[in-house]
Amino acid sequence: MSFPWAEQYTPKHPAMQWIDEKLPLPRLVYNAIGAGYPVPRNLNYFWNFGVLAGLALVIQIVTGVIMAMHYGANTQVAFATVEQTMRDVNAGWLMRYAHATGASFFFIVVYLHIFRGLYFGSYKAPREMVWLLGLVIFLLMMATAFMGYVLPWGQMSYWGAKVITGLFGAIPVVGNPIQTWLLGGFAPGNASLNRFFSLHFLLPFVIAAVVILHIWALHIPGSSNPTGVEVKGPQDTVPFHPYYTAKDGFGAGVFLILFAIMLFYAPNYLGHPDNYIEANPLSTPAHIVPEWYFWPFYAILRAFTVDFFFVPAKLLGVLAMFSSILLLFFLPWLDTSAVRSGSYRPTFKKFFWILILDVLVLGYCGGAPAAEPYVMISQVAAAYYFAHFLIILPLISRFEKPLPLPNSITEAVLAKYGKTGGEPVAVPAE
Amino acid sequence: MVRIGAFLVGLFFAGWLLVSFLVGAVAYVTEPPAVTVEHEFHRNPKEVSFSFDGPFGKFDQAQLQRGFQVFKEVCSACHSLKFVAFRDLKGIGYNDAEIKAIAKNWAIKTPDIDPKTGEMSTRAPVPSDYFPKPFANNVAAMAANNNAIPPDLSLMTKARHHGSAYVYSLITGFQPQPAELLKEFPDAKTPQGLHYNPYFANLNLAMAPPLTADGQVTYGDGTKATVDQMAQDVAAFLTWTAEPKLENRCRAGLATIFFLLIATGLAYMAYQNIWADKKKAA
Repeated sequence: MSFPWAEQYTPKHPAMQWIDEKLPLPRLVYNAIGAGYPVPRNLNYFWNFGVLAGLALVIQIVTGVIMAMHYGANTQVAFATVEQTMRDVNAGWLMRYAHATGASFFFIVVYLHIFRGLYFGSYKAPREMVWLLGLVIFLLMMATAFMGYVLPWGQMSYWGAKVITGLFGAIPVVGNPIQTWLLGGFAPGNASLNRFFSLHFLLPFVIAAVVILHIWALHIPGSSNPTGVEVKGPQDTVPFHPYYTAKDGFGAGVFLILFAIMLFYAPNYLGHPDNYIEANPLSTPAHIVPEWYFWPFYAILRAFTVDFFFVPAKLLGVLAMFSSILLLFFLPWLDTSAVRSGSYRPTFKKFFWILILDVLVLGYCGGAPAAEPYVMISQVAAAYYFAHFLIILPLISRFEKPLPLPNSITEAVLAKYGKTGGEPVAVPAE
Repeated sequence: MVRIGAFLVGLFFAGWLLVSFLVGAVAYVTEPPAVTVEHEFHRNPKEVSFSFDGPFGKFDQAQLQRGFQVFKEVCSACHSLKFVAFRDLKGIGYNDAEIKAIAKNWAIKTPDIDPKTGEMSTRAPVPSDYFPKPFANNVAAMAANNNAIPPDLSLMTKARHHGSAYVYSLITGFQPQPAELLKEFPDAKTPQGLHYNPYFANLNLAMAPPLTADGQVTYGDGTKATVDQMAQDVAAFLTWTAEPKLENRCRAGLATIFFLLIATGLAYMAYQNIWADKKKAA
């Protein structure tokens, strides 16, 4: 499961030897995230985001468990208990703002983590399973975030729950019974709130379990790296600890500074004011929008405005929205290029940046009201999104002529710092 | 096989989206969407600065007390403040005795059960009580207010975009309906019983102008009670009711970020130190 030159765990203290015989948990940690895990020596800062996502998950679980101690999952009191947490619980405001802002930051780091995987081809063989498990985590996160947003029982909570469960209502014949079954009623109510709370508490621990599988799957081939060239020998790697623990420590510091700025000085910036109005089934908000991290998918959902013969536009939108995420599961088999890193793929790189711009445009349109010109823009942008992954990418990987790759990681690193010391020379092909 | 299937799915979604785009574009050109009266005449909140703006912001306690006085003498006749308790007034500088007196003399009584008979009754509030609601229920509120329910004000400044400025703008924003509005949208005349206000989302508001004349409230601290001053004060007070921990938050943020900057600086040096032998030429 590791390279032959990995450092070996050798407990010196008799107590540690005793533990190692009975339950080699310290050995497991040592081999997983300690000196026993050799990692390519050339990782850039984009490789920090896996650890940061783990940190964000821990922040969410800690603040969430504390908030759950003060929350009442009942439509009569939910809104009031959240306000009580903000006003009367010691540091309750800090827990709640950290949890709400933390959700956004969790998505920010996970999106950057996915961005890294897409650009550097981390999803390619032999790391397909890492990618697939990562997507499972992403789906679980979306479900958890959606249900968490319902819990404060504000206007956006209520109407968001209604719209999202309404997506299932678009399924022909069985749609309405499924929606009623999901909500436990004909509209979001006490039954919905209770089950959402239960699942919102459960799913983060499921995420934690899948994170363990994700890391396990990663450790079989070992980490990828910015050149995409596989590790060839001991000179290509450094032990995870202390090298990457030190780098991740610095990364975590930068992350926490940005998090603190948002949390303490703009805690409501990423939220919606309507969620400070208690849920009212009789008053529909002017614009129902989900949280910002769902905007690109929301734009795809709303982009379908014309029925396809007997298939209603709404159903098409729902299918397209789910497809836009599910197609990522096929990515390792859609992109067949043997070269992993986008740095050595000139054509891929151009289309990749168009895709990033495209997703940002979709995000902007998803947050805007469902009116022209936003709908027309999102139609073009959504068309590119599907064309990129399903048509353009397979074609590029067939016809593109990649740039020459360095022979090894060490060669790339030495080229960066110069073979004889002194001034660094030009970085190849970045 | 995967790639052929993907190609067909991609072609279908992308193709149908482009068809939808064309249909939408034709409709957009042949029948451009009508401009709404709200789109043209709704105004964003006015520019106004408060003492609590920015990372070093602090509440002005004298202003909060003046704002509380405006709430007490004007707003509280119709609006509830259900998430704020009398005891919370400590946060705007009143002491225990003053709070006790404020609660005892509050115009609206707290509903309770008569301890002798068990019948519904009312009593004077005590500091641990939340501010009593002016109407027994929504039906009573609607009956007294031309079928509109005066919203609870506890969270108002967080429940609107730029809430503090919004409250100030709304209170000072009542005006006669502009002539050009009626010329352009003859059907948009403000209905009987409503009041035109360009800062309100749909322009017509059930609430009558609450602050109509300078000196409507007599401030104890000698501040001249102009309509503008009273509106700013009550907006500041409602910012406090929505976010009573604002000062704690800003202070805690400063300390946290100061600590994090030092810790991150140390972490950076540790990182550079550990990597020193790997980041130079061989």
